[in-house]
Amino acid sequence: MAPQSPPKATLEHSQSASGSATADGFQEEHHYRSGPLRWLLTTNHKEIGSLYLIFSLAMFMIGGAMALVIRLELFQPGLQMIQPEFFNQMTTMHGLIMVFGAVMPGFVGLANWMIPLQIGAPDMALPRLNNFSFWLLPIAFTLLLSTLLMPGGGPNFGWTFYAPLSTTYAPPSTTFFIFALHMAGISSILGAINIIATILNLRAPGMRLMDMTLFVWTWLITAFLLIAVMPVLAGVITMMLLDINFGTSFFNAAGGGDPVLFQHLFWFFGHPEVYIMILPAFGIVSVIIPTFARKRLFGYASMVYATAAIAILSFLVWAHHMFAVGLPLVAELFFMYTTLLIAVPTGVKVFNWITTLFRGEITFETPMLFALAFVVLFTIGGFSGLMLAIAPADFQYHDTYFVVAHFHYVLVPGAVFSIMAAVYYWLPKWTGHYPDERLGRWHFWLSVIGVNLLFFPMHFAGLAGMPRRIPDYALQFADFNMASSIGGFLFGFSQLLFIWVVVKCVRGGVKAPANAWDGATDLEWTVPSPAPLHTFETPPDLRDFKFH
Amino acid sequence: MSGGSYYVPASSKWPILAGLAVGLFMIGTGIVLVFDTGMVLLPIGAAAIVTVMALWFRDVIRESRRGLYDAQMDRSFRWGMGWFIFSEVMFFLAFFGALFYVRVFALPWLDGEGAKGVSALLWPDFVASWPLMNPPDTNVVGPEAVVSPWQLPLVNTLFLVASSITLTLSHEAFKEGYRDTARNCLAITVLLGVLFLIVQGIEYYEAYHHLGITLQAGIYGSTFFLLTGFHGAHVTIGAIILAVMLWRIQKGHFSAHNHFGFEAAAWYWHFVDVVWIGLFIFVYVF
Ligand code: HEM
Ligand SMILES: [Cu+2]
Repeated sequence: MAPQSPPKATLEHSQSASGSATADGFQEEHHYRSGPLRWLLTTNHKEIGSLYLIFSLAMFMIGGAMALVIRLELFQPGLQMIQPEFFNQMTTMHGLIMVFGAVMPGFVGLANWMIPLQIGAPDMALPRLNNFSFWLLPIAFTLLLSTLLMPGGGPNFGWTFYAPLSTTYAPPSTTFFIFALHMAGISSILGAINIIATILNLRAPGMRLMDMTLFVWTWLITAFLLIAVMPVLAGVITMMLLDINFGTSFFNAAGGGDPVLFQHLFWFFGHPEVYIMILPAFGIVSVIIPTFARKRLFGYASMVYATAAIAILSFLVWAHHMFAVGLPLVAELFFMYTTLLIAVPTGVKVFNWITTLFRGEITFETPMLFALAFVVLFTIGGFSGLMLAIAPADFQYHDTYFVVAHFHYVLVPGAVFSIMAAVYYWLPKWTGHYPDERLGRWHFWLSVIGVNLLFFPMHFAGLAGMPRRIPDYALQFADFNMASSIGGFLFGFSQLLFIWVVVKCVRGGVKAPANAWDGATDLEWTVPSPAPLHTFETPPDLRDFKFH
Repeated sequence: MSGGSYYVPASSKWPILAGLAVGLFMIGTGIVLVFDTGMVLLPIGAAAIVTVMALWFRDVIRESRRGLYDAQMDRSFRWGMGWFIFSEVMFFLAFFGALFYVRVFALPWLDGEGAKGVSALLWPDFVASWPLMNPPDTNVVGPEAVVSPWQLPLVNTLFLVASSITLTLSHEAFKEGYRDTARNCLAITVLLGVLFLIVQGIEYYEAYHHLGITLQAGIYGSTFFLLTGFHGAHVTIGAIILAVMLWRIQKGHFSAHNHFGFEAAAWYWHFVDVVWIGLFIFVYVF
């Protein structure tokens, strides 16, 4: 067979350098559609980034509303507002929505917006895949939320969906929950592939890996974690699907399977997953603190290595969630020591942030306030993690409110604060306006006070033995719970202020120059504010650029 | 770096339609499984997925043939495919992990071995063995016999190993410019893939009707069908991809130095082949 050349009639299109529109509508960059179709079909990293962030915010509010239902019920002992069945659905949905709908997409949105800008790339490596990854999410979460209306109610087995609660004893809607999670998982895997391809392939000429900002570095490593563990989640929910619908025995001891197998598979995904939700936060804080301390980041290389070390260790610690299920002694010891080891690279990071602050010319704009609160409050969460990591002690703490306090400290004033810090930090780049500083401070202080009032008492309730995931509790926990509920409502309603600040900033405000912050040095601050739809269409010349 | 400007693909309607198609398919499957009210959305969703994928790839092929893609785009595709295969590796790793866990820990513990004696109290008469012919609870009926590795599975192993060789031959021939040889070798590869699937079909029939190995036959049947079933699904997809590549070679889409579609398909096929070797050893032989 002879080699065939492409049809002549179309060859002319290939010549035009970077995208002019063609007759058949094939190449339409620069010629943007208007109206809603533009948002549905967009392949632009900034628009997709905005879509992710808006989606994340919407999920944050929905998940937050569910949390307030929980706190309302727990305001006083006894059952007052809702039935235990519904309470269980609320805790489950709250967890699932916050993890998969709010925090993860929030970070992906930031990655979409900022990675190309920080590495001097014109867009993501695979822009159409990017659009696909995003639009899977609203579909998945609509399906997930719709399970609440199905006969038998929505998922009620906790966000960790342990078998056999999620198989033998699960409501019928569980099959839809599995499919929703499959879609969210596909979205994450494809999004992560895109991010890795972008970082490895689209860096501007002259930018080496060790020139990248820590936000880009942490996302590179996070993307690797995502590709490694999301398929394991897909595997375990597929086994659930088969157990539920086809009579297999994976998690059923009667047929020779084992419910504990579920926990191993889940936490092999689950522990790296918690690092997926914190590594990008480390990256954000590592770019914000140097900006407002007007110093270079202390220990750049050690930050990179610490991130990599945390990622590798995160594959070897999963059974610290299972100390109480009856593991063999060697396993208890192994997982205890590996978990405690993670404190070393984490400590390196906290040390570096503090050392960066040392003798800095610090100013306290809103992004910096959130970043500093992150350092302090995340560290509290890390310490409670260390307490939990001590296997014999965990026999006491496990499944109590102490665990709830721990993971909320790392996730709310940890991951969520970092996203808020990032939003305040990059809003000038996105909108061309500074966010209202006065409202921002109000938002910050109300959030800090609210979050601590909400989660700090949970430590005490947990140490005193209050179990998690219950709608009612013994009288001696009443004061702690009332404080938590008040804090919860304070924190929850403060977030309306956040929405107001963002909306206000999009609509107008003090104009921001290209470099919006005094001490900012990264590449994104060389493009105008607001960043035009297309940036770095030709690779930037970095010969005179000073990296971090 | 190719210098000058970057190539950025245009916006497209296929991604969001693909999302909707996947959604339809999943909801349709869910409706069949949960509410048992007929197959309406499921086939529509499946057809939509196939159609949208075909149209999406058609656009990519067109753009590629118009020479719109530069070397950098090519590298992005390579990274993309490479990491995608890594994600597939992890997917199968979860299933292999489950198999090892059950064989090495769960069953011996049920039999009373080790410090975890508690679970042995559940079924005191239970005796662990692999393949597990007698599940702990008498309500679960175990298999009567197991598939002998040295019959159909061995034949299938030979098919797949041979197919990897013919595929490599095809690729090498293609790079050297021997298009006809390349096409013939690829055709043989696809044929071997199809033969594999036919043999697996026979094996499944035997398993269900003569050996009593079913999805419900306890953990042996569960792991057997999980691992071989998902592998078989991957062989099916891989064979379809290779068939498309055959068609594209026929159409003259590829040149000796620019044929990443073909290479990606080959990577995928080799990956599926390696998984089979793992299956043959750990599911059938040991
Ligand atoms: C120094 C670092 C950390 C250590 C040593 C640590 C340790 C632990 C341990 C031992 C548990 C299990 C407690 C139990 O169930 O009895 C746990 C639970 C948890 N941790 Fe951490 N952790 C650390 C950091 C983090 C981070 C950074 C995150 C997330 C951003 C996180 C999120 C969680 C979550 C969500 C749970 C509870 C899961 C559940 O059962 O629902 N942890 N942690
Ligand atoms: Cu963990």
